[in-house]
Amino acid sequence: MSRRSLRGSLRFGLLATLLRGFFLMVSFDKRNQRWIIWALLLAGLLLLPFITDALLGRGWVRIVDFAMLYIMLALGLNIVVGYAGLLDLGYIAFFAVGAYCYALTDSPHLAQAFPIAFPAGVHLPFWFVLPLSALVAGGFGVLLGAPTLRLRGDYLAIVTLGFGEIIRIFLNNLNAPVNLTNGPQGISFIDPITVMGVSLNKTQHFFGIAFPSVHLYFYLFLAFTALVIFVSQRLEKSRIGRAWMAIREDEVAASAMGINTRNLKLLAFAMGAMFGGASGALFAGFQGFVSPESFSLMESIMVLCMVVLGGMGNITGVILGGILLALLPEVLRNIVMPVQQALFGKTLIDPESLRMLLFGSALIGMMLYRPAGLLPSRLRRRELGGDDAAAEESVYDATH
Amino acid sequence: MPHTDDALLHASHIGKKFGGLNALSDVSLHIKRGEIYGLIGPNGAGKTTLFNVLTGLYQPSAGGFRFNGMHYQSGKPHLLAQAGIARTFQNIRLFANLTALENVMIGRHVRTRAGVFGALLRDRGTRKEEHTITLRARELLRYVGIAKPSQTLAKHLSYGEQRRLEIARALATEPLLLALDEPAAGMNASETDNLKTLLKTIRDNGITVLLIEHDVKLIMGLCDRVAVLDYGKKIAEGVPEQIRKDPAVIAAYLGQETTGSSTQDGGGGD
Repeated sequence: MSRRSLRGSLRFGLLATLLRGFFLMVSFDKRNQRWIIWALLLAGLLLLPFITDALLGRGWVRIVDFAMLYIMLALGLNIVVGYAGLLDLGYIAFFAVGAYCYALTDSPHLAQAFPIAFPAGVHLPFWFVLPLSALVAGGFGVLLGAPTLRLRGDYLAIVTLGFGEIIRIFLNNLNAPVNLTNGPQGISFIDPITVMGVSLNKTQHFFGIAFPSVHLYFYLFLAFTALVIFVSQRLEKSRIGRAWMAIREDEVAASAMGINTRNLKLLAFAMGAMFGGASGALFAGFQGFVSPESFSLMESIMVLCMVVLGGMGNITGVILGGILLALLPEVLRNIVMPVQQALFGKTLIDPESLRMLLFGSALIGMMLYRPAGLLPSRLRRRELGGDDAAAEESVYDATH
Repeated sequence: MPHTDDALLHASHIGKKFGGLNALSDVSLHIKRGEIYGLIGPNGAGKTTLFNVLTGLYQPSAGGFRFNGMHYQSGKPHLLAQAGIARTFQNIRLFANLTALENVMIGRHVRTRAGVFGALLRDRGTRKEEHTITLRARELLRYVGIAKPSQTLAKHLSYGEQRRLEIARALATEPLLLALDEPAAGMNASETDNLKTLLKTIRDNGITVLLIEHDVKLIMGLCDRVAVLDYGKKIAEGVPEQIRKDPAVIAAYLGQETTGSSTQDGGGGD
């Protein structure tokens, strides 16, 4: 027997073992299979910053961090728009409230306005400021919700849009008579987030591995995203979630079924706003600087598009939408410029305007071909299905 | 506090104006516990308006009503549902993109308690409550005779099933009074028959039924007592036999006495 054939059979044996392992894994009963998938997903996520760092560079880890913030925002808006069906075009205002909440209570800024009361500014611990930001934003949510209870659809959209602008304009102008927000210059030197005595702002070493700051923030955001997903999921499949969906489907019928539509709509606004506020606080700590221009109407629309693009009311869809829309501009920036440089020797089309073009055409395409989003929430039922409903639905979808 | 007299609902002098139009004027009626009470009248007579007043959707311009011993004037729909009035709608208003089961589960909202913290923590009480909600909802789907899988979206049910699903959803709120707005509209003969049987079963299970219907035959065959509205006024009230012979009713329904021969359309009541 020649050496080569031996090696061949060895290789074959190895391949067979691998295949067998794979099939064993696949043929595991469903429960185990799910565990394996979850474990792989978790491992992938934990390694993601390192992989990104190695393949694309540190700047991309930062981009991924921002994408996580957007996902949190989109999931928060999903409660308002996707579950309760309240079209909110000013959602970024809650993000702004949370961000400024953190900025004011964790920076030297207030020393300017109140030098006697706070000679060194205010520096409250993170675990206190985060819930505070969420609560304050939630309060603003109720404040926005209360006067709009009777409005629906387009009218609600216009009022919420106005609310979002009001908040931004306030932030822009509240530097006089008392300098509260520092106006258009924004607030800088915001304290970085410190978790259990570990500052996330510098490279830390655990188990002999160096974790740069952006990696640490990634893990923090990952944990919070997981929390937001958990809360969304629990709410969705609960008495409260069903009541929200009833309001979304038919408010009159919902109230006739004994649902207190006023309270539940306020609750939806408040819950959505709390998520927005919490992500705002994380944003402020991460960025170290906030200014009103981060909270423009375009941002609200962006977050809404994430929800709509992914599939309203469906958590997986919303996450997908968040990832796509948060990464798209960065991908474009990094591809369009070099390609143009290589082809024409200069930049003909600015990636920013190309982004708008692509974005607009993507939305039109969506409206035409997948009006319910990339992953419509009905898919959830098809997975759960088990009975004929699924088959029936696919027939329905094919014919309509 | 529950009232012991036999009138479950007592409406007195209810009036409702829409701008200059008197949709209802001075309508009084009482519905006894355990009966099927019919409300008929030509198109535009104010049946649905009265219905909407009694279920809290409209605020009456005059008068009010007592339900189960409590007085209501400006109804809020959810409070009346809480008090025990459940309704269906003339033009079906299901939660179209939710499943049949979820539709009925939503009906349980008013009789259950879990809040945000219950939803987040999913403690034992909440899990148990969810379990009983699901069980009860399935039971009600069977009760009204929806054979399709409970995971079917409401909008994919047949017309007759959608009507019955609305009834199941209303029953889920544990009503004392089930108010049905033209439940047989658009149904074929066999669906109407099924509905009739269902409504009798519901009454026999101790739920009072208020029924608006165009189908005089159905009303006459089913109701214990009937009120007739015309131009926003009550023109007659009584047992079906009485109503059938009432000259005012005949005039309102069939135009003038010239078409008196058609009164036998109430003959299905045997």
